[in-house]
Amino acid sequence: MAGQARRHNRMAWASRLIQAGFVIGLVLLWYIASTRWGVNRLLLPNPLAVYDNLLDILWSGEFIDDLATTLGELVAAFSIAVATGITLGYLISRSRAMMAVFEPLFAAVYAIPIILFLPLFVLFFGLGPASKIAIGATIGFFPIVINTIAGFGHVEPLYVTAARAMGASDYHLFRHVLAPAALPVILTGLRMGFTTALLSIIGSETLASLAGLGHHIVQLAEAMEMARMFAYIVFVIAIAATLNAVVSALEARGRRN
Amino acid sequence: MVGRRPWVARVAVIAVMFGLWEIAARFLVDPLFLSPPSIVIASLGDLFDTPGIPAALALTLFELAVAFALAVAIGLALGLVIGLQPLVRKSFFPIVLLLYGMPQITILPLFILAFGIGAASKIAFGVTHGVFPVIVTVVAGVQNVKPILLVSARSMGASRWQVFRHVIFPHMVPSFFAGMRLGMSGVLLGVLLAELYVSIAGIGYFTTLFTQSFEPTRLFGLVGLLAAMAIVLNAMVRRAEVEFAKWRT
Repeated sequence: MAGQARRHNRMAWASRLIQAGFVIGLVLLWYIASTRWGVNRLLLPNPLAVYDNLLDILWSGEFIDDLATTLGELVAAFSIAVATGITLGYLISRSRAMMAVFEPLFAAVYAIPIILFLPLFVLFFGLGPASKIAIGATIGFFPIVINTIAGFGHVEPLYVTAARAMGASDYHLFRHVLAPAALPVILTGLRMGFTTALLSIIGSETLASLAGLGHHIVQLAEAMEMARMFAYIVFVIAIAATLNAVVSALEARGRRN
Repeated sequence: MVGRRPWVARVAVIAVMFGLWEIAARFLVDPLFLSPPSIVIASLGDLFDTPGIPAALALTLFELAVAFALAVAIGLALGLVIGLQPLVRKSFFPIVLLLYGMPQITILPLFILAFGIGAASKIAFGVTHGVFPVIVTVVAGVQNVKPILLVSARSMGASRWQVFRHVIFPHMVPSFFAGMRLGMSGVLLGVLLAELYVSIAGIGYFTTLFTQSFEPTRLFGLVGLLAAMAIVLNAMVRRAEVEFAKWRT
C-alpha cells in the first residue's frame, strides 16, 4: 500500500513538472519564433510586447467601458433567461402530458446552433446591445428550461404522496419537497445557461456590434495592432474564466445547502 | 388523448407558433423586418435561383465535412496518445480540459489573419471547436477498459496492436460515437461562427447581404435551410451512435 501511494505521489509530481515544462516550452518557442525565426509579426507578436500591452490595458482602465457594456448585456440576458426559463419550466413540469409535448421540442431546438439566427436578431434589434441581450437570453433560456422541467418533473412521486398524506399544503409541498429535490438539477441548468449566454454575447459582439469586449478585439484586429489584440484576448479569456469559476463555485455551494 | 399521443400536440404547438408568426408578420410588424412563413416557404424556389446560393450552400457543406473529418481524425489520434499512457494523461488531460473551456470566439480574428477569408479559416475554426469533445470522450473511453481485461490479454500473449485492436477499440466505440456527436455540434458552431464573421462566397456572405438590403424573406429562407441542415447532420451522427453502441446490449 505504502509503495503504491508513493508511486502515485511521484507520478503526480512528474505530471506537474511535465505541465510546467510544456507551458514554459511553448512560451519560449513563441518568443524564439517571433524574434529569431522571423515569423510575421502580424501573426505572432513578441510575447514581451503582449505582456507590456496587457499591463497597459489593466492600468489605463480602457477596458472599463467595454466590460460594463458586456456585463450589462449579460445581466439583462441572464435575468430574462432565468425568469422565463424557470417559470415556463415549472408550469410545464406540472403535467405529464405537457412534459411529453414540450421536452423533445426544446431538446430539438437546443441541438441547433442558435447563433445561426444572429442575422435575424440584428435585423430586428439593430447592432446595439438589444440584439446581444435577445440572443443571449434565447441561448441561455434552453438549458435553464430543460433542466427546470427535468428537476421539477422527476421528483420521486413517493415523496409527494407522503407529504400530501401528512397534510402538506401546496405551498408546503413546494417549499419542502419540490424545491429542494429540483434545486441541484436547476442549478446545473442555471450554470449552463450563464456560460452559454456569456459565450454567445461575446460571440455576437465579435460578429456584429458597436461596443463590448468582443467588439474591441475585432477593432484591434482591423487596426492590425496585434500585440494589443493578443493582450486583450488574454484579458477577455481571464474575465470569462473568472465569471465561470464564480458561477461554478456558487453552484457547488447551492448544492451543499 | 394528449397523454397518449404527445406528437399530435407537438405538431399542434409548432402549428400555433407558425400561425402566430404569420399573424404578426401580416398585421403587426413592418414587412421590412419580418416575412410571414407562407411567403418564406413559397419563395424557397426563388432563393435557390439566386445566383451564388446553391454554390454557397455546397461550400458550407464542404467546409463542414472537411472540418468534421479532420476533427475526428485529430481528436482520435490525440485522444489515444493522451489516454493510453497514465503519465501522459495526468500531464496533458488537464491542459486539454482547460483549452476546451476557453471561449474560442475571442480568437476568431486570429484565424482570419492566419488562414485568410476563404474556406480555410472556416475549416480551421470548425476543427478547433470539434476536436476537444472528441479528445475528451476518446480519453474517457480508453479509461473505461477494465484493467483485468488488459492484463489477461497480455498474459495470453497478445501484442500491443492486438490488445488495441481486440480489447481497447471495441470498448471505445460507444464513447467514440458520443464524441463524434458532440464534435459535430462543435464543428457546426465553429464553421457557422466563422462564416457569419466574414465570408466572400459562403452563406455568411448572403446572410450579411440580405440583412443589409432588408430582405427578410430570403434571409429567413436561408437561415431556415441552414437550421434544417444542422438538424439533419446531428440526426445522422446520432443514428450512427445508436447503431454502433448496439453490440453491448
